[in-house]
Amino acid sequence: MDTALLVETVIKIVVILLVFSALAGFGTYFERKVLAFMQRRLGPMNVGPYGLLQIAADGIKLFTKEDIIPAGVVPLIFKIAPVITAATAFMAAAAIPFLPSFTIFGYEVHPIVADINIGILYVMGMMAVGLYGPLLGGLASNNKYSLISTARAVAVFISYEVVSGLAILAPLMMVGSLSLLDINDYQAGGITHWIAFSQPVAFILFWIAAFAETGRTPFHLIANDHELIDGFGTEYSGMRWGLFFIGEYANMFFISFVMAIMFLGGYGDGSVAGAFALLGKVAFFFFFFLWTRAAWPDVRPDQLMWLTWKVLMPLAVINVVITGFVLMF
Amino acid sequence: MFEAIAFYTFSFLTILMFSITVMTSQALYALTAMAAGMIFISAFFFMLSADFLGAIQIIVYTGAVMALYAFGMMFFDTTREVKEKIQNKNIVFVLGTMVALLVVAIFMAPVVSENIHALYPIQEGLGNTEQVGIVLFTKYLIPFELAAIMLLSAMISGIVLAGKKMDNSLTLMADEEIELMQEANEKVNS
Repeated sequence: MDTALLVETVIKIVVILLVFSALAGFGTYFERKVLAFMQRRLGPMNVGPYGLLQIAADGIKLFTKEDIIPAGVVPLIFKIAPVITAATAFMAAAAIPFLPSFTIFGYEVHPIVADINIGILYVMGMMAVGLYGPLLGGLASNNKYSLISTARAVAVFISYEVVSGLAILAPLMMVGSLSLLDINDYQAGGITHWIAFSQPVAFILFWIAAFAETGRTPFHLIANDHELIDGFGTEYSGMRWGLFFIGEYANMFFISFVMAIMFLGGYGDGSVAGAFALLGKVAFFFFFFLWTRAAWPDVRPDQLMWLTWKVLMPLAVINVVITGFVLMF
Repeated sequence: MFEAIAFYTFSFLTILMFSITVMTSQALYALTAMAAGMIFISAFFFMLSADFLGAIQIIVYTGAVMALYAFGMMFFDTTREVKEKIQNKNIVFVLGTMVALLVVAIFMAPVVSENIHALYPIQEGLGNTEQVGIVLFTKYLIPFELAAIMLLSAMISGIVLAGKKMDNSLTLMADEEIELMQEANEKVNS
């Protein structure tokens, strides 16, 4: 391993960390604005032009707020739980190609940190480990509401991992590779080659599961404000609570990237237009997360479980079986 | 050189994490340390460029098995220390050491006698995932299918044992119905 590669990797990691931490901040602003416009309000308007500096104000508030560790918690676990959420979200980004490779000052840059040949498996695995943030935070909090939220989080995550895993199995059988680069190249022929058209069921199932895995609104039972205060985040304050937030928003961005690359053709043939198309698709998925939050109420926990095990999982299995038969004959 | 640094770092971390799992009397520390140890083990797979096995190690052990342990732990008060009931410390110590030494001996014996042969040598030009698939569906086909049948029967028996009242949902019933059901249960129990 030569030094150039090491320096390049470190630079990529720092850039991804900075860009997506900042985007998580902007994500909260977009969310408030989109929700406000959908509810015929204006949203944040007072701080800066159109409330743009609201992000800075929120950041200052989060960083300078007193960091309270309540009595009766398990201090060490309580402290590292938010870090796990944020860290695993960013670790999952290591195998995602954010843009096609481009040349800068005669040096070819591949905007992917680690081009491992099992990319999608690694991303799904890291998102599965992200479960430990809510889990340990809730268990260490010594609070009933946190505990209920933890129980729900574990149940929801494990159930929907089954659905998302089975859903991507069918496209992966067609592509024959687990690398996100290969999946992208498979669809390089243009809009007719997108996997979303040959595997519509898998696309919809994975999309639904993405909402559960990021804990977004139709499945927002994990930190349910109106019955569980704030779920696993109840006892947290200041930046520790902020880390949960950054993790959630970073996860939303990364799963949007995964969906855009897996099902909607990614960056296509790698041209500049393809790169902008990828960013546009990611923006659409992110907007859809916010749109659903404005348009849909939460479902009940038992409805959620019913939906997974009695509807989505059988559909995913049937989809895999049919894909297998079609590929064989 | 990087490989040596990575190997020693991850060995140290793995041993440290599993030591914490065994030594601590705080259930949450044990859970967290064990999950972390499982992740550190996957580093060895990645170092041997067995990417597939590394990712599977993370998904299966950390994502699924440890989460199920955590589900069990939710029924206890995890913020308090566990009082262990140890009648004779010497027996625990001797048995623990013996088993540890035995495991080391079992794994070191073929290494010392240099008696390890790869029955299925690595095929050139194939990825990690394909290699695992080929071995799994040729040499180890019968164990693989047996494991599948075992898991299926475990799943069905789990549903049969736990799913007696799956059709009634407490959230959909009126209060009177729930009371009637509770009374019926009490009659059966008494």
